[in-house]
Amino acid sequence: MSIDRGTVRHVARLARLALSPEEEEKTVRELGRVLDYIERLSGVDVSAVEPLTFAGDAAEAKESMRPDEPRPSLPREEVLEQAPEHDGSTYLVPRIIE
Amino acid sequence: MPPADWEPVIGLEVHAQLLTRSKIFCGCSTAFGAPANTQVCPVCLGLPGALPALNRGAVTMAIRAGKAFGCKIAERSIFARKNYFYPDLPKGYQISQFELPICDGGAIPVPQADGSIRKVGLTRIHLEEDAGKNVHAQNGSHVDLNRSGVPLIEIVGNPELRSAEDASEYLKALRLALIYLGVNDGNMEEGSFRCDANVSVRKRGATSLGTRVELKNINSFRFVRQAIEFEIERQVALLESGGKVSQETRLFDHEKGETRPMRSKEEANDYRYFPEPDLPPLVVSREWLDSVQTPKLPHQQMAELSAAGVSTADARTITADPRLVDLHGRIAAAAGKEGARRAAHVVVGEIARAVNEGALDLGAPKFRPEQIAEVFRLQDEGTLSSTAAREVISEVIQTGRAPAQVVAEKGLSQVSDEGALESVVLAVLEKNPAEVERYKGGKKNLLGFFVGQAMKELKGKGNPGVLNALFKKRLE
Amino acid sequence: MSAPLLPLSALCRAFERREAKPSEALEASLRRIARIDGKVHAFLRLTEEEARSAARESDERRARNAPLSALDGVPIAIKDLFCQRGVETTAGSRILAGYVPPYDATVVRKLREGGAVLVGKLNMDEFAMGSSTENSAFGPTRNPWDLSRTPGGSSGGSAAAVAAKMVPGTLGTDTGGSIRQPAALVGCVGLKPTYGRVSRYGVVAFASSLDQVGPFAEDVRGAALLLQAIAGRDENDQTSSSRPVPDYATALEGGARGLRIGIPAEYFGEGLDPEVEASVRSAMDALGREGATLVPISLPNSPHAIATYYIVATAEASSNLARYDGIRYGHRAQGPRSLIELYERTRAEGFGAEVKRRILLGTYALSAGYYDAYYLRSQKIRTLIRRDFEQVFAAGIDAVASPTSPTPAFKLGEKIDDPLAMYLNDIYTVPANLAGLPGISIPCGFSRAGLPIGLQLIGRPFEEAALLRIARAAERAVGVPARELPL
Ligand SMILES: [Mg+2]
Ligand SMILES: [Zn+2]
Repeated sequence: MSIDRGTVRHVARLARLALSPEEEEKTVRELGRVLDYIERLSGVDVSAVEPLTFAGDAAEAKESMRPDEPRPSLPREEVLEQAPEHDGSTYLVPRIIE
Repeated sequence: MPPADWEPVIGLEVHAQLLTRSKIFCGCSTAFGAPANTQVCPVCLGLPGALPALNRGAVTMAIRAGKAFGCKIAERSIFARKNYFYPDLPKGYQISQFELPICDGGAIPVPQADGSIRKVGLTRIHLEEDAGKNVHAQNGSHVDLNRSGVPLIEIVGNPELRSAEDASEYLKALRLALIYLGVNDGNMEEGSFRCDANVSVRKRGATSLGTRVELKNINSFRFVRQAIEFEIERQVALLESGGKVSQETRLFDHEKGETRPMRSKEEANDYRYFPEPDLPPLVVSREWLDSVQTPKLPHQQMAELSAAGVSTADARTITADPRLVDLHGRIAAAAGKEGARRAAHVVVGEIARAVNEGALDLGAPKFRPEQIAEVFRLQDEGTLSSTAAREVISEVIQTGRAPAQVVAEKGLSQVSDEGALESVVLAVLEKNPAEVERYKGGKKNLLGFFVGQAMKELKGKGNPGVLNALFKKRLE
Repeated sequence: MSAPLLPLSALCRAFERREAKPSEALEASLRRIARIDGKVHAFLRLTEEEARSAARESDERRARNAPLSALDGVPIAIKDLFCQRGVETTAGSRILAGYVPPYDATVVRKLREGGAVLVGKLNMDEFAMGSSTENSAFGPTRNPWDLSRTPGGSSGGSAAAVAAKMVPGTLGTDTGGSIRQPAALVGCVGLKPTYGRVSRYGVVAFASSLDQVGPFAEDVRGAALLLQAIAGRDENDQTSSSRPVPDYATALEGGARGLRIGIPAEYFGEGLDPEVEASVRSAMDALGREGATLVPISLPNSPHAIATYYIVATAEASSNLARYDGIRYGHRAQGPRSLIELYERTRAEGFGAEVKRRILLGTYALSAGYYDAYYLRSQKIRTLIRRDFEQVFAAGIDAVASPTSPTPAFKLGEKIDDPLAMYLNDIYTVPANLAGLPGISIPCGFSRAGLPIGLQLIGRPFEEAALLRIARAAERAVGVPARELPL
């Protein structure tokens, strides 16, 4: 399955990645090659095969839940300190128009 | 109203916040109203490396709702990631359920005006996490993540509703049922009970559905009706003028009373759902399922009250609040014979009034149900007139003081002793010879007049029953 | 060589016998790093101050004969993928430059609780995506055996730091071979435990269903000691297993007699360097002489592993990396005029080429209309790959042996412009990740050019103890002679 420029542009928008025209070109080529390689999977017979949806220890899956008990949160200063823009109580982003 | 040849088709999706103490995937508190970004941790902030850990309490509440609505509870359900970018969604995906939700099918019982129950089918109920909150200001938007990770159930109703009124009734019934189940507080203002509506219209008699529009931001019952009505009319007008409804998400503007396209949702969404690899499948054992209790729903309580002799009007008032149902039940149990009806009168009378006046907090009542039963007993043995009983009950409800003490302090006990009443009866008869003559001449309804005169003398404390009997004896 | 530059297992013994002190070991480590890391570039940053005070505390405990664990006082360095409270953690990416996490990864906490001395953070391919450490935003790490070559990746820094004896033990992560392949390329031991054996909490995610934390050491015993310190159930990681953790060191010297080692035909095909093949086959023969039975086997679905992996791993990564949006932490583009511009430019500026490539591939594989053909199909093939292993284990095979990497270390820059060629480096390691199985790479010789070669052993789920015992038997049977690093 090959991939065209329009598809790359659509996928880049979904992934929120700005691509320059050159990067778009390059991506079309590179992903095309990788997808050609991946194409080999289409020949594998997977009828009646269940997907592996959980990679962990299925025997343990039942008991893995947490009790409903509140625990301390992080100090706000320590949290906001890492933010590129904040006002001391909230994170700031460009105005969203709904 | 749309012309008669158009039929609206409405389905509601309700997001209800579960009443857990901690968030669905981390230990942060779910308490409402804390300062912004103080109830956050690596997990609900989506910090690099953090992983979700499922809250068992949230699952139990989802099971309770599912059982109460007759859903099929999945023995194994799967969490999935719903991927999209938004500042209130810290991980860039919402952990929700997609292909295998915890509850499948079921129905919400919606009481109708004629007293019957209409069952509105559910597609599913699934567990998911809430997003944070964006507040839009002139200089930019502000993000508070306290709500990020708060547990929700999304209750997806079938498109079986046919009018804004239908939708509103369904929503009211669902909200009340969730409150009964103790899984949601029903608070639309704080956003703990939210509703999106899918609205389409079709030619009456058509079997296929029209193009549907999703309405968001409807945060009160009034707005639900307004938004849906506006949208139905808009779609009908569009179609009648030869236009086409486009599939989109529209925002309800409650100031203008209209819906408009949501700009942030303009591009087609592709949520790229896939099973959440950080969480094992959610396995609900038979023992767990059986151990989850489901309290009675409002329509079941309604039926029980009616069967116990409570009037439909009283039953409706009581079932509007599960705390009233609870109080009623406890008073009735303490009161014994005829308890249900008498308790109902107290609940819709004195108790409802006290709540309205702010004199009683149903969350923390000061009185005990046995005290009300005690007042009934005083009334039954003639110590209290019905008026006095009501006064005592009012006082007891508000203060929790012992009925006997209230009676004594207010001097409300009534005179039932025949010896003590005899002299008053004689004095009244003596003072009103003309009326005595007329009574004897056949005017039997003058009995009330004599009793009233005696009561006046006794400042209302005479036992009307005893007085009645005494007058009758003297006059015949 | 001074005593404190001993391999991890020997250092622990030296501490026990009071032949060395933790603070001396640390200083020796820091001196070695100061002397040679300018050439190797294994470290992104050192935490000397905290390390010194931790070592002093360990000195005291050791003096009182009250060590917190066997590792008390051992200098350990960790891949820069592990969150360490108060210490910059970048995952090798510009988008996280300057980011200081407010919490410790579970394995970091466990190391601290065991008294280990955390020396610093190690270089890696950005977000663990790569097989050469060239995708680090902070420059590549070099192979201590030949500075013009790669140490492998993505845990190249972790591997090189051990091989160059800068620290006796390190932690890395392995999503498709990122521990075993670099261990093979630099000539040390690298272990990827069973998926779920070690907590991933606090480990910056690449592909959640494949990522697993594991140790590097100079010998098998060292790897066993480190695994002991980090393995076990963690309430914060619901994919971690609550199976009991055995004592890995006890059974280590059990030998190879009676063991059945499977040799999969599919792992000796086209693309395998003849020198690597010869070295691996002679290592297996040595294991045979120790009493193991070598059994030819087939894992017919393993040839699909790379293609399957590049769908599953990139799909999960596209979602895991959505959180890097410039809002709560990390890099943010300057002066965006809209929200969408903030996202798109922040991510375009912050991520490197390979990361972008994988995000795009993963997004594509999950997008409407392609999910079934790519993601769902890959997860089904994953089941087939796992089933192959289950069948050979059920038939009595104790471990599967193969080369770790098809070639010895390649030149820096050699494959950087050819993503597919780079991906094929992991051809023998990826199946264990897809199947969730434990795998280990141990040194088994050198090429004529003096480059290390690794033998891979893959074991049954949660039977790391058996795998380590087999690896130890192979280590002893092969007996790679010690060589001086050309540094
Ligand atoms: Mg939802
Ligand atoms: Zn939290």
